[in-house]
Amino acid sequence: MSEAMRKIEISLTINGRTQTLAVEPRLSLSDMLRDELRLNGTHIGCEHGVCGACSILLDGVPIRSCLMLAVQADGHQITTVEGMCNEDQTPGILQEAFQDAHGMQCGYCTPGMLISAQALLTANNDPSLEEIKDAIGGNLCRCTGYTQIIESIQLAASRMREAG
Amino acid sequence: MKAAKFEYILAESIEQVVQVLDQGDGEAIVIAGGQTLMPMLSMRLARPETVIDINKIAELSGIEVTADEVIIKACTRQAEALASPEIQTRLPLLAKAISYVGHQQTRNRGTVGGSLSHADPASEIPLAALAMDAHVSLRSAAGARRVAMADYFLGPMMTARADNEVLLAVHFPLPQGDVRVGTAFHEVSERRGDFAVVAAAAHIQLDKDGICSNAALAIGGADSVPLRMTALEDRLRGDAITPERIQAVLADVANALTPGNDQHASAAYRRRVATVLAERALTEAAAEAQE
Amino acid sequence: MNMERNLHYVATKRRVREDKRFVTGQGKYVQDVNLPDTKHAAVLPSPYPRARILSIETAAAEALDGVQMVLTGAQLAEDCNPIRLGLKLPEINWYPLAVGMTCYVGEWVAIVVADNAYIAEDALDLIEVDYEPLQPIVDPEQAFDETELLVHPGHGSNVLYHGNFLWGDVDSDFAGADDNLSFRARWGRSSTVPIETFGALARWDEGTEILDIWASIQMPNFVELMASTLGYPLNCIRLHQDVDVGGSYGVKRGIKQSVLVGYLSRKLRVPVRFIEDRLANMAGSDAHGPDRIFDTEVAFNKDGVIKSIKIRALDDAGAYPGRAPFQLAKPISAIVGPYKINSVKYEAISVCTNKSGQVPVRGFGQAPTNYMIEMAVDNVARHLGLDRLEIRRRNLIQPDEFPYQIPPGSKYDSGNYPVVLQKGLDLAGYDELLARRDKARAEGRLAGIGIATVLEPGGGNNIFEYLMDPSAEITTFMEGCEVRVDAQGNITGIMGTTTSGQGHETMMATILGEELQIDPDEIRIVHSDSLNALPTRSPIASRMAIMLGSAAAGAAGKIKDRAMAIAAHNLDRPVAELEYSGGTISDRNDPGHKLTWAEVCFIAYRAYHKLPDGMEPGFQAQYVFQVPGGGQLPDENNRVQVYPCFSFQAHVPYVEIDPGTGRVSVLDYAIAHDCGTVINPDIVRGMVIGGLAHGIGAALYEKFAYDDEGQFLSATFADYLMPSVHEIPDVKDVEHCTPSPLTSHGQKGSGEGGYLGAPAAIASAVNDALHPLGLHISELPMRMHKIEALINDGNT
Repeated sequence: MSEAMRKIEISLTINGRTQTLAVEPRLSLSDMLRDELRLNGTHIGCEHGVCGACSILLDGVPIRSCLMLAVQADGHQITTVEGMCNEDQTPGILQEAFQDAHGMQCGYCTPGMLISAQALLTANNDPSLEEIKDAIGGNLCRCTGYTQIIESIQLAASRMREAG
Repeated sequence: MKAAKFEYILAESIEQVVQVLDQGDGEAIVIAGGQTLMPMLSMRLARPETVIDINKIAELSGIEVTADEVIIKACTRQAEALASPEIQTRLPLLAKAISYVGHQQTRNRGTVGGSLSHADPASEIPLAALAMDAHVSLRSAAGARRVAMADYFLGPMMTARADNEVLLAVHFPLPQGDVRVGTAFHEVSERRGDFAVVAAAAHIQLDKDGICSNAALAIGGADSVPLRMTALEDRLRGDAITPERIQAVLADVANALTPGNDQHASAAYRRRVATVLAERALTEAAAEAQE
Repeated sequence: MNMERNLHYVATKRRVREDKRFVTGQGKYVQDVNLPDTKHAAVLPSPYPRARILSIETAAAEALDGVQMVLTGAQLAEDCNPIRLGLKLPEINWYPLAVGMTCYVGEWVAIVVADNAYIAEDALDLIEVDYEPLQPIVDPEQAFDETELLVHPGHGSNVLYHGNFLWGDVDSDFAGADDNLSFRARWGRSSTVPIETFGALARWDEGTEILDIWASIQMPNFVELMASTLGYPLNCIRLHQDVDVGGSYGVKRGIKQSVLVGYLSRKLRVPVRFIEDRLANMAGSDAHGPDRIFDTEVAFNKDGVIKSIKIRALDDAGAYPGRAPFQLAKPISAIVGPYKINSVKYEAISVCTNKSGQVPVRGFGQAPTNYMIEMAVDNVARHLGLDRLEIRRRNLIQPDEFPYQIPPGSKYDSGNYPVVLQKGLDLAGYDELLARRDKARAEGRLAGIGIATVLEPGGGNNIFEYLMDPSAEITTFMEGCEVRVDAQGNITGIMGTTTSGQGHETMMATILGEELQIDPDEIRIVHSDSLNALPTRSPIASRMAIMLGSAAAGAAGKIKDRAMAIAAHNLDRPVAELEYSGGTISDRNDPGHKLTWAEVCFIAYRAYHKLPDGMEPGFQAQYVFQVPGGGQLPDENNRVQVYPCFSFQAHVPYVEIDPGTGRVSVLDYAIAHDCGTVINPDIVRGMVIGGLAHGIGAALYEKFAYDDEGQFLSATFADYLMPSVHEIPDVKDVEHCTPSPLTSHGQKGSGEGGYLGAPAAIASAVNDALHPLGLHISELPMRMHKIEALINDGNT
């Protein structure tokens, strides 16, 4: 193994802001978001791609940030839970709905749930129950039993439809 | 769970990939979607010296349809394949199989080639490819070759691909002539989205008289590799497929398998359930072909 | 106590105040606390279930760039004490790192501190340990009998606790009963497994000689245990409790992790943080749950009336027991469930084996016990050919019998079990459900309905320790609340503990708002650090609504009393003639003669001359609430009130089983739930359904599996199977309210309830589905391969 591991410079757009930084090749995207950029809303639950707590949007589609190297994010657009707020930093429709229907308890899985739900509702603001379940099927929640999460997503969908 | 150090190369061409692999002496590894490699890196079960990223090589991504085959390039995302109308209409068995693969977050990143390279004996895409007589194209510095699925799987996570070869694409032959095709994919897992405990993929062709001209049944999770039930297939060919016919050949399934034991299921379970899923898959595929 | 009064905020749907920070990514978990110069730790797991450590070579790891320190158990043991265990077991020395011997796969053998977690793991690769593998003890029944192969040879056996309890005349009840039966039931080794692992960050401050610690913690005695292990005075450690805990349900008790970072921080004079990764958490965190074998005998009459029960419970605590044996004692609170059973014999045994240690899990032993009790009731019904509902109706305690004292001495505070059961059946559409089941059966499918009627003891009370160890004379179990009113009149409520998803801030604000007639949203709630905190026993035991809620009501009452006294003095009227309304205090007979809240606060802070004689200036109140019914030692027959409040639920799930694969699908689920007054409906509903989902996991999927050689098989989320949204049915729920007479607003506990009934209910449903085949399963988790083998192979 070679001694001095070079860092690689990457440039990417996170929550609408373009950033350039140098990362070690082995750094995971989830660690980069948390430790290098202090975007602590992205949570780490398993680091092997099962729990979904670290879900983010990569170019608009949800992925696990623990299953991607930071260097691979070069040139991509990333949205984390922090980027889901409105421009004035107030919570967006989905975030409001999760509060109104109490779609969480400890909050740890919540950012990943919001990311998955956002991706769903962006594509389809009138999802069936099965479509909602498929969208969050890869996000484990230990607190809620999922019922109030589903209700939160349904509430957000109805508000989005009303808002047009 | 943090990866050990490695060099990272963002490959710009297939030539570059095979060159790095050739010089890597087995210590270089390709990353595509990373959905199986990343956990292995994080757990330090994989400790490559070099990781070669093939995501930016345009010619390794996409789906091509010719008169006699569908070619899925290695780096094509599982989600893209699943959503592709070409796949849904021309390779319905593959579409059915991919719907069982992981979750949308992993399918958005995971690739068809990655799943075939990882070759977990219980995973869905290899099983469907085996049932469909697919082959992979491989490339090394020495040249290119094709390997049929029947010769590809050597053991759990072991394939005929050499360390210095990169998987370029998987080729699915299209049924030729006036045939009716029926397919079915059945698997059982404790939770939806998990690797199958046992899975069965069936691909049946009937001629215009309803006689079985070709039958494929592949079982996953019940041996060290996904396996074709060739004896059963031979017995199905040449007759109409009826429930009685299926019953008559089912015993071949258990005979063909040597399953393992683990905390998720016993060998006996896998053998019995392989038979159950085989029956369901054959029945459903035959019914679909007869529609 | 006034049940009739008009409630403004309690029991009203209102947003949960914690949620806003969580949906915006602003929650502050321990991983999010960033201190300058923080170093990161990683641990080296043992690959052997039982091995002698001959040597540990750390030089290469220490030489690696970016590594500050490598610590082994032998070095640590020179400077710290073993972690205090629940029972007095002086020859079992539990250290944060293995000392001399490893006792299970995954036990931490060394810890590295480095500039980041990647380098720390690089260093782990360079540590060389020379082990001498020894034969492990894996099977708990073998461990119980074993005299040669001992997990802790100095202890002399593998038995941590073995006690016999007798309440009532069991022999004569058995002799007098028409019939009896016996069965074995097994509860599998699962746990709560929060999505956040345990983490801790410590910073030793040489200037103040205080060890600051941030930890993902939920436990009483945390700081005491840290202090006793490190040999520090208690007031040398300051736990920051304003850390959001990413789920716990009992298990976030990372004492060894916290001792390690505390020790290392003082040694290195830098902040040190250790966030368990998933592998370290699953294998090495000593956070597994009960693993229990019940052998039960029930005596009953032909009419289904159950007279007496004999229970033998053998529990596998793993290598280091912590407080595990007490999980056999707490269920004594409700050892007969909601049934009128006249006498009980209870033999409780805790053994150690070469497995990761057992930690308190949601309900503290009640979920396995309820599973066994419900199986007993179902088995009697089946034996007699009685309907499972009918047998429950004949044995349930009736609403006019409360408070109802059970043989071990606890009095159930209140309840209406038949009505709640009926509500559950109505919600389930029981008659249609029966028709659906029978139609499915007629079509050749395996279908079953589950019935479980279970209790959730809430409120806590350590007195069960005394039942196991009479030197543990602990008769209080309290919770404190402080309320401060500032000079502007703003109200701040202070709790002395953490929150891990139960919404304590919302609950406390709601009660303070209710009592003080102020919008709860205008009340600030904070978590004090442990040096500032009033006495607390932490959010265990379904107790915070009961205990912190009642303490908050008590503190609010004191605030009101003080305001009234100030008003009485300044309005020159007796208190009895004054009325408090939203902070304004006025003369009942002359409403214009009043003192506003702002005026009261001004007087309290600024106008000493207007204060009643002898009143201290300022405006704050403290209230420490003692657990209702506590304060007593057991009588000579071991009878004592354990927990004070008893919530009740009726579960009615519907399942179908694929006979070819053994896979169980939970297709419907109705639950009727009575926890007295609900303070925040969304919070209670969430915990009920969430607990239920957790129970479905324990019933069908989740197991920390070891092979016969003691190798650990469930280190990842791909092998330890927690239910996803696809495995949880659409749950229908209904509340019923039988207020508790013991709490401020009639509230009881609700955090454990779903989990305390779902495993029993799912087992009941699966067995109902298997009944037409003459089959029965009595082991959790009921994994599909076990059920399939039962159906198709004649054995499990």
